[in-house]
Amino acid sequence: MDQSAQHGTQGGMSDSVIVANGLTKVYGSATAVDHISFEVGRGEIFGLLGPNGAGKTTTILMMLGLTDISAGEVSVLGFNPAREPLSVKRRVGYLPDTVGFYDQLSAADNMRYTARLIGFNRVEREKRIADALARVGLSEVADNSVGTFSRGMRQRLGLAEILMKGAQIAILDEPTSGLDPQATTELLAIIRGFKAEGVSVLLSSHLLERVQSVCDRVALFTAGKIALMGTVAELDRQVLGGGYTVDIEADGAGLAERLALIPGVSGVEKTGLGKLRLFADRDVRPEAAAEVVAMQGRLKFLGVQEPSLEAIYTRYFENKAEAAASPEGARHAA
Amino acid sequence: MQREGSAFSGLGVVMLKELSDHLTSLRMRVLEWLVVLVALAALYGAIQQIKDTTAEDPFLFLRLFTTSRDPLPSFVSFLSFLVPLMAIGLGFDSVNGEYNRRTLSRILSQPIYRDALLFGKFLAGLITLSISLITLWLLVIGLGLLLIGIPPGAEEIARSFVFLLVTIAYAGVWLALALLFSILTRSAATAALVTLGLWLFVTFIWPVLAGAVAQAIVPPDPRYMALGLQTPGTAELEQILARFSPSTLYAEIVVALLDPTTRALGPIYLSQLQGAVLGAPLPLGESILIAWPQMVAMIATALLLFVIGYVIFQRQEVRA
Repeated sequence: MDQSAQHGTQGGMSDSVIVANGLTKVYGSATAVDHISFEVGRGEIFGLLGPNGAGKTTTILMMLGLTDISAGEVSVLGFNPAREPLSVKRRVGYLPDTVGFYDQLSAADNMRYTARLIGFNRVEREKRIADALARVGLSEVADNSVGTFSRGMRQRLGLAEILMKGAQIAILDEPTSGLDPQATTELLAIIRGFKAEGVSVLLSSHLLERVQSVCDRVALFTAGKIALMGTVAELDRQVLGGGYTVDIEADGAGLAERLALIPGVSGVEKTGLGKLRLFADRDVRPEAAAEVVAMQGRLKFLGVQEPSLEAIYTRYFENKAEAAASPEGARHAA
Repeated sequence: MQREGSAFSGLGVVMLKELSDHLTSLRMRVLEWLVVLVALAALYGAIQQIKDTTAEDPFLFLRLFTTSRDPLPSFVSFLSFLVPLMAIGLGFDSVNGEYNRRTLSRILSQPIYRDALLFGKFLAGLITLSISLITLWLLVIGLGLLLIGIPPGAEEIARSFVFLLVTIAYAGVWLALALLFSILTRSAATAALVTLGLWLFVTFIWPVLAGAVAQAIVPPDPRYMALGLQTPGTAELEQILARFSPSTLYAEIVVALLDPTTRALGPIYLSQLQGAVLGAPLPLGESILIAWPQMVAMIATALLLFVIGYVIFQRQEVRA
């Protein structure tokens, strides 16, 4: 099985492991996924981001051959999921949205069932299961029934299954939704570990902030289309104009007016008592600090906002709404 | 378009897993005890009755299955109630259960086809039912030997064995129906209710309804009524309609198999009885021949139900 997996790797001509071209899914009269095209590179963490019902899960299911493709094509590791689903599914690990296990079985037994379905022999099976459970920190509870597991543990068990499979691509659907901050951090660490091993990761999420930290590139979904795609920095330039937002907390009468005079500052906004926000085309923190000091004011806080997906996303849709092109309502729930 | 690989890879794995789930489940244990206790009660009644009444009977052993003693029905009637109940109990949540546990998409993302999952589940259910029924069959034969003390003849064993196979096929019909509804409905409770409702309908209501419908379509002839006879046309239509119910088919097969004197399963004209030695038993082959159309129809029903479910499952979205 390993040999054939190697062969599949070479089958991909370019360095892209997933290539989607005009991928479309139509349910009756509703279009869930509308002519989307994207590529995921080897060893890359690619985020499909967007609200529930934007078509993320449908896109994933089409890549796995679990739902029919209405139009367009997708190639996964050089295979066509519609015609060669077994080759695709042998090499791709999938963690579904709110993954489920057989509650009455132990974690190891759940994995044994999957391992048998994949076709590993007994020796390989046990070794892979033990390794994978150790990697996600579930070795000690391997023989406990999954019914006793928390949501975070279930998600980790799902990742262990992908590790056990030796997948070249991990497709994770909403891996962090419903997790507490600590569980999220642990999960994201494991996902980074995938990348370190050269496993490409495609993950979908509606939680922009957490996902931003792990994704190399993201595609923002809306109503079945990819609205924006690229690295977070690229999107920031594209949507927010690449400007800087500086938050400042200081006291001093007439500070706002003086700050507005700093060259490069395009706007000043009062965000609270003694709190101001500057919009500028460069980092104006030194000048702002100098102004406060010159006024003999007390500077309590000064910081520049990192480009955030949340801001990009919100701004993008504000712009869209202003353009009176109201996005259509959610269709099929993710 | 030819699919890659075998549709059955993973079939054995799924089947063994489902089988072990069935055999260790509390539900199965309850059903087994129910069947065994009920069967013992019926058997006890039958043996008492046989001891009281019987004189010379060449097929004494088969009477174990069919004799009843008030207030208990015979073993066969018990079985015709309980087998559907068991089959429905095993099948009603097989697919929607996976869906509701959210394991379906995870399992289907492994390198197997949906075919393997569905076949595996059906086979596991059928094997579980077979194990229970074979155990029950051996239990009846063993108890019969102990309590009556007369060993059964080869013909009796053969007849009861064919009866066992037919009962397994009958269970298959209800298992396929339960599987179909577990595919069609997302809620296991709905699937159970609908399947049980259908069972009640075809077993208890349909035979009555068939008579009413037949009379409406082919009104009884007053000349026959005056003689107190059934109009042949009406009776034939009634039987045709009634045979749409697998319960009717099963009952007819059982009569043909376990009562060797049965010569026909439909209305019979006096002219057809000319030269017949009434009450003389038929050989096993002839009895099977009489019920052959019913057996084929029953197996075909099971296959048809399974195929409908299979086609729907292939096209079904793995998420809501």
